[in-house]
Amino acid sequence: MEIAIGIILGCCALGAGTAMIAGIGPGIGEGNAVAKACEAIGRQPESKGSVTTTMLMGCAVAETTGLYALVIAILLIFVAPNLLVNILVETMKSL
Amino acid sequence: MVKNSDTKFKILDILYIIMMILPLICCLVLKVLTQPLSEGITVTGARIYFTLDMPIQPMPVTEAQVNSLAVMITLFFFCLYMTHGIEERIKLKRQHFAELIVEKVDKLVIENMGEYFKGYSPFIISILALSALSSLLSLLGLFPPTSDINVVAGWAVLVFILITYYKMKCGPLYYLKGFTEPVAFLAPINFISEFATPISMSFRHYGNILSGTVISTLVAAGLSGLTALLLGNLPGFLGEIPFLRIGLPAVLSIYFDVFSGCLQAFIFAMLTMLNVSGGFDMDEYEKRKLKKLAKKQAKI
Repeated sequence: MEIAIGIILGCCALGAGTAMIAGIGPGIGEGNAVAKACEAIGRQPESKGSVTTTMLMGCAVAETTGLYALVIAILLIFVAPNLLVNILVETMKSL
Repeated sequence: MVKNSDTKFKILDILYIIMMILPLICCLVLKVLTQPLSEGITVTGARIYFTLDMPIQPMPVTEAQVNSLAVMITLFFFCLYMTHGIEERIKLKRQHFAELIVEKVDKLVIENMGEYFKGYSPFIISILALSALSSLLSLLGLFPPTSDINVVAGWAVLVFILITYYKMKCGPLYYLKGFTEPVAFLAPINFISEFATPISMSFRHYGNILSGTVISTLVAAGLSGLTALLLGNLPGFLGEIPFLRIGLPAVLSIYFDVFSGCLQAFIFAMLTMLNVSGGFDMDEYEKRKLKKLAKKQAKI
């Protein structure tokens, strides 16, 4: 029983960590976006306002995939262990 | 006579300000009264105040719902306060601010959505203000309603209905035909991406606010653990005060609560504007209108 619970907790933590690998993608994407925005402002300093607004919009959209991974990781850490352990306990009782 | 109306005006003003602050204070009191004493620093969802009996399923009334209602009441009285005593010849300072906000939002909406959607600026500014103020509630130590997915998902569903309404405006057949573009066999993928819009909108907003809360909580817990380790041997009550928690969480709070909250509110409003105006096919609508007019005239 304890071993089974330990395996559930460990796998949940591992899964959360693995899910956050998705953080690489938005990092690269937002870095690219900001670099290009800096270039654009350097070329045309008078268009700073609109470039900044567009960049923030693009960053927010690029961030979405990372946030999906974050939501999965948070679910795995805070919600899944309770749920799975409860299911395990109940099945053990019914057996 | 003049003096009498003046005092009346001032009394109403004070009443509005009191009504602006009162709901937030009520929320704070409610939170303090229902918080269990033994609870340290933990990451939890919204606390359930009580459960209502509903026909299908019992409905829990949580902190998020209560707080978002308080935010709505605050915004309502804020609007009343700002527009109180508006005249054609500007007499009060607050009228300048009110006009500035209205003009800015009108300009933003026309710039992003076009002249046809001019009437949308009240909807956009109300979503923006609601979202920004909800996120800023965490500065008061309250639970920010935007870090509960149910609240944000409600707004996203509202926006989704709007988008579908404007797509349907050229007729349901034209709407269904839109799924088979550019190639017919891509229809299932188009169908899925239609439903991905509200999901991604709600997850983006909620994920950003929630991640801020989780990171601040982890840092605060880590710092109090560190103080207990380093300064725990100090005599008396000095050993119980988490000294290292002064400073760094405030800096994090400026980024996660103030900057991120306001930015996400702006982005949510911006995406609403882009999606609603992007779903509407202006040329096709005008063409249909002209056709209908021609048919009517031919009948006469």
